[in-house]
Amino acid sequence: MSSLRDFIDKVKPQFEEGGKYSKLRSTFGAFETFLFAPNTVNKGGVHVRDAVDLKRTISCVILALIPALLFGIYNTGYQHFRMLGQLDTVSFGDIVLEGIIAVFPILVVSYVVGLGIEFAVAQMRGHEVNEGFLATGMIIPMVMPADVPLWLVAVATAFAVIFGKEVFGGTGMNIWNPALVARAFLFFAYPTKMSGDQVWYYGFDAAKEAGQVADGFSGATALALNGQGDASIFNFYNEFIGLIPGSIGETSALCCLIGAVILLLTGVASWKTMFSVFVGGALMGYVFNLTGACEICWCEQLVIGGFAFGAVFMATDPVTSCRTEKGKYIYGFLIGAMAVIIRVLNPGYPEGMMLAILLMNTFAPVIDYCFVQANISRRKNRVKNNK
Amino acid sequence: MSDVIKLKKGLDIRLTGKAETVFMQVALPELYAIQPTDFHNLVPKMVAKVGDKVQAGSVLFYDKKQPEVKFVSPVSGELVAVNRGERRVILEVVVKADGQNSAVDFGKADINSLSRQQVIDKMLEAGAWPYFKQRPYNVVADVKAEPKAIFVSTFDTAPLAPDYDFVIKGNEEAFQKGLDVLGKIAPVFVGVHNNGAAPVFTGAKGVTVTAFQGPHPAGCVGVQINHVNPINAGEKVFTIGVQEVVAVGKLFMTGVHDFSRVAVMTGSEAKNKGYFRTVVGAQLSTAVNGNLNSDNVRVISGNVLTGAESKAEGYLGYYDSQVTIIPEGNQYEMFGWALPGFNKFSAGRTFFSWLTGSKEYKLDTNTHGEKRAFVVSNELDKVFPMDIYPEYLFKAILAQDIDKMDQLGIYEVVEEDVALCEFVCTSKLPLQKVLRNGLDLMVKEVG
Repeated sequence: MSSLRDFIDKVKPQFEEGGKYSKLRSTFGAFETFLFAPNTVNKGGVHVRDAVDLKRTISCVILALIPALLFGIYNTGYQHFRMLGQLDTVSFGDIVLEGIIAVFPILVVSYVVGLGIEFAVAQMRGHEVNEGFLATGMIIPMVMPADVPLWLVAVATAFAVIFGKEVFGGTGMNIWNPALVARAFLFFAYPTKMSGDQVWYYGFDAAKEAGQVADGFSGATALALNGQGDASIFNFYNEFIGLIPGSIGETSALCCLIGAVILLLTGVASWKTMFSVFVGGALMGYVFNLTGACEICWCEQLVIGGFAFGAVFMATDPVTSCRTEKGKYIYGFLIGAMAVIIRVLNPGYPEGMMLAILLMNTFAPVIDYCFVQANISRRKNRVKNNK
Repeated sequence: MSDVIKLKKGLDIRLTGKAETVFMQVALPELYAIQPTDFHNLVPKMVAKVGDKVQAGSVLFYDKKQPEVKFVSPVSGELVAVNRGERRVILEVVVKADGQNSAVDFGKADINSLSRQQVIDKMLEAGAWPYFKQRPYNVVADVKAEPKAIFVSTFDTAPLAPDYDFVIKGNEEAFQKGLDVLGKIAPVFVGVHNNGAAPVFTGAKGVTVTAFQGPHPAGCVGVQINHVNPINAGEKVFTIGVQEVVAVGKLFMTGVHDFSRVAVMTGSEAKNKGYFRTVVGAQLSTAVNGNLNSDNVRVISGNVLTGAESKAEGYLGYYDSQVTIIPEGNQYEMFGWALPGFNKFSAGRTFFSWLTGSKEYKLDTNTHGEKRAFVVSNELDKVFPMDIYPEYLFKAILAQDIDKMDQLGIYEVVEEDVALCEFVCTSKLPLQKVLRNGLDLMVKEVG
């Protein structure tokens, strides 16, 4: 440990101002602080500080995402073999291996492209590298269909990091959740590659050409089928566990629930936002059940598609959500309600979660404005009442 | 004392190194200093010259902006140095004590027979006016101001802070006398804690007593003001500490400005902890030298949240009655952010230490991370028990938006109120400094 520290101390001067590699200062700093918590001390304000920092907070998010990612890998393999009709003949290992082959490259592309841009921008601005993308870079693959071409992942990630985040000033300044910007970019820029039945299965085109697709196979998702799908697959149990087609990481409500427990136990995510999203979705689903506009049960609305994933991991992004506590209830509720409305009433977009969150990201500052303004008026009225 | 104001928001930082309520022997040092930097925006104008003989109560310098406000020597002796910093700013006006304890006699006075102006004049003359801090802005009070109230908090909830129920012992009469004096200037409000506070506080006469319950910053006078009689735009409120009230009382009782104080030595790196008798501006040498558990330490005049970094050759701050000694944190920690962290203190629950109950922690001065933009929401609100949105206020200050600062309540807060916000901030922002910049901007633009 100390020999590593010695090595870093030895090479450090070369990366500092005037050093040989001073242009790589941010990059060096990022790796150094990854290995060692810095030795900086408080000056001029408080003398002691809380042990938490952004690295720790983001680490908790990543930890919470891992169950969903692992399940996503398994499910990608599972759906692949289901498409081929070979589920009975393959082993668990085969399924996982196939899943890794499908998912791992997407993950790598997302991180390499995203972090590459982050490092470059930090270097240009002379800033430190922010930790925010470590979570975003993991979420991006998880909201992608398994069969998405890698070049599209690269383009979408680059777009999200540059136009979703860096143009606003980086982590903490962005208006929209960067991972959803990536997803929305693909959705609107490359609709043919991103919707339709096939994309949810890894290796679908190749299998079709080879005539390997199982007889009577239907590749649609639960949402596209509006609850009319094959009951052997699309039942509440499968939807909850997550053995249904969908984006890589979003299918398992169970894993999202585990993630939610981690996020809430560590206090990293706001329970107010999360809870309100589910309430909003359930209530709106129930209204549609009553009016007969949609046959998907209200409780099913909460476990299919990206609803649970969005509620747990994306609606709760503190930067793009409401920052006032009361605002979080409204913000969350409207996301849930809006997601179900878009699902049911807009046949063009079977999945409403992405758009609902992006929409409410846009309106979060307005909600906050109302609460802050109320505080301001309260203070003004105090003066009036005193006179 | 009818109702108790219960505060839920806040945080008690559980530091090791609390002092028992017993006195320890600390010799009085030779050197004493009044540090103009203890008073925000003060431009000192020297009166005494190096080499002059002074008595306790002799004028050392005055405030250039309001010449009536005099700063006097805490002891008798000789003015030995005027230490200056960058751009010749005066940092320390040092007096070497002669051990004679001779003091200027300002004359006894019967408070009841004095007018408001006579009381003010007497305080000004004796150099007791700087005890008043004024909100907004946290500056020495404006002599011409007509404050709507004077607030005294009789308990300190900051980490390892002195217990004023203990400190006040023997000075009960002077404290009440001091309150009587303050009452001549403006209505007085006294904040007490709800856990068996000393009768002199709970039974203070001629004032409004309010009890508070809750974690730090319940003892911060700003929080008490916000709940009892909040400051509105255009209004002014004075605040004054317990021992300063005693000094004011004694001034009117005896005619002598008494600068003796009780201070407490605390912190994990202080070998002997306890209360000791000292004098305003005393050099810390006799209390600190030979009393350290290790070499790599930080000596703080005040508490760990708001105190000033000092050293053994430094001096006790004008308003301070606490010395804290903690380890410096200038070491690297491998994968510091990734460890389970059973021994790390955090207001949140991202470290496992939240499972270990009410354990006390030995905290050092490490920042535990690098500066970032605001990311996490609601962490500042949780430790800020006022009807103010701290994050929005800070953002208004950073944007130098004067109207917004005004609307969001900058008049009500001073640095100590937001110290906990700075402590918990995940993004490691220097929030007390940010607020100070905002206050300075308001002074400049609004006045």
